[in-house]
Amino acid sequence: MAQQYDIRLAGLGGQGLILAGIIMAEAAGIYDGKLVAQTQAYGAAARGGFSRSDVVISDEEINYPKAAELDLLLAMSQDAYDENYQFLKPDGILIVDSTHVSQTADAQVYSIPFTRIAREKLGRENVANIVALGAVTQIFPHISESAMEKAVLGRVPKQFLELNKKAFQAGIDAAKTGYSDFLFSLLVVVVRPDLHAFSL
Amino acid sequence: MEPKLLMGNEACAEGALAAGIRFFAGYPITPSNEIGEILSSRLPAIGGKFIQMEDEIGSMAAIIGGSIGGLKSMTATSGPGFSLMQENIGFAAMAEIPCLVVNVMRAGPSTGMPTLPSQGDVMQARWGTHGDHPSIVLCPSSVREVFDLTVTSVNFAEKYRMPVILLMDEVIGHLREKVTLPQPESIQIIDRPRPTCPPEWYKPYEDSKTGVPPMAAFGDGYRYHITGLTHDIMGFPTTRKDEVEPLMQRLFRKISQAFEEIMLYDRFLMEDATTAVIAYGCVVRSAKSAVLQLRREGMKVGLLKLTTLWPFPRIAVESLPEQVQDLIVPEMNMGQIYREVVRVNQGRCRVRKISRIDGELMTPQEIIFGIKRRERK
Repeated sequence: MAQQYDIRLAGLGGQGLILAGIIMAEAAGIYDGKLVAQTQAYGAAARGGFSRSDVVISDEEINYPKAAELDLLLAMSQDAYDENYQFLKPDGILIVDSTHVSQTADAQVYSIPFTRIAREKLGRENVANIVALGAVTQIFPHISESAMEKAVLGRVPKQFLELNKKAFQAGIDAAKTGYSDFLFSLLVVVVRPDLHAFSL
Repeated sequence: MEPKLLMGNEACAEGALAAGIRFFAGYPITPSNEIGEILSSRLPAIGGKFIQMEDEIGSMAAIIGGSIGGLKSMTATSGPGFSLMQENIGFAAMAEIPCLVVNVMRAGPSTGMPTLPSQGDVMQARWGTHGDHPSIVLCPSSVREVFDLTVTSVNFAEKYRMPVILLMDEVIGHLREKVTLPQPESIQIIDRPRPTCPPEWYKPYEDSKTGVPPMAAFGDGYRYHITGLTHDIMGFPTTRKDEVEPLMQRLFRKISQAFEEIMLYDRFLMEDATTAVIAYGCVVRSAKSAVLQLRREGMKVGLLKLTTLWPFPRIAVESLPEQVQDLIVPEMNMGQIYREVVRVNQGRCRVRKISRIDGELMTPQEIIFGIKRRERK
């Protein structure tokens, strides 16, 4: 049997999840040399509607191109989590953006505040998708970190290269150090008391 | 060529450029936007022309003009825009103007669900414009095939001097896959026949063995008349029976004598199959998954993939009832190709449809469930 991995990135329009899916497909397909299919579904609104991006990675020809039984679910909003967690395999990996997802039924969950990291460490909320991709390389073993980094840098506009590099690294660090909401809050209280209200 | 991560719509634009399209007129509409977007920068860079028109009626008129001017021309749209184009598609069929119309199907009717897929325009692609006319409609089911069929569509349009419709769907239009495009030198490109006689001898709609008269571009020095009215061999309106009948016969004959070349299809695991799934477009992907899964369970199921939808590839379907007991037609509409299969089957074996019309891609499980339900009887 071929090794096939179904991945779904779900959240709100404007969070950059479709771009994140394209980057992931490029990392696995072009830089890691596997076969990939990437599809998307989104609401008609440019911001705020639902948005999801499916990536299927395989050693063999991919027929059905959508993600069916998820090996990895990245949920960037509570609605996205609620709608999609039922498709997660029993041993599938669940990563949520704890900035927006507060209630999860699954015991096994990697909970990292991507949006808050993007806002507070990098100064721009819209790189939360790249922060998430950095974290994914540390948690999901089937896309290499180097391939993902190349794909990120190959897809983002030149003037934002540095910002995205930093965002990617911030994601890696967050996943490695077992990013704790509590510790982060304490840090914010000490270093930037003015942001305290946000962090809690 | 290096493998690239390409979207179906991107592959369509690449295929169009490779096939020699040098004029695009269109009006933006989801989910076909990327085709026009890419061509808006790529065409001017190689000396071609891109124009955004005021609507789809104007777009279709503009590409007819572009084609008469001598450039290979195309437009891209989706359901609501395709409806607006119908009148001028008929003009192109009657005046025999080569052009490519890409319709990336979304859920309808009317504005429907702009971002979600369907296969609801199959019959519209055949009979959307009024009057008795032949049509050529091709339907891809992978990104690489989008590229290949775009080239084929342009070739057919040029070879047979008629509008050709590339019927994609949102899933294939927005699907990204790793593809390796063919070397430009390896791509076969066909150009329309052009007159070689002196201008004063030119008869723009004269019959010949192929039924396809040579086409002069406006400005080449060949002065002739073009009209949507039924015309004589000089292009002027006529109602004389001895001129009308030959024109209409020729319009059909130029296609019917080339059926074998135009009717494209693929067979997958059909050799020993007793049940055949007939699918096209994005549903082929689900059907192939379903067939492979049922084969692992020991069921003798095969797949007939229709690449040409119109003229309906009856040469592929006709012999099936002698081999199989069941024909299953999964579609993302209420059964538009199913009815064609029923017609060709002539009551010889069981034909069943599986419909999905909620804006989601049909899953392999739905097809498996549909086949097994039949088996139990």
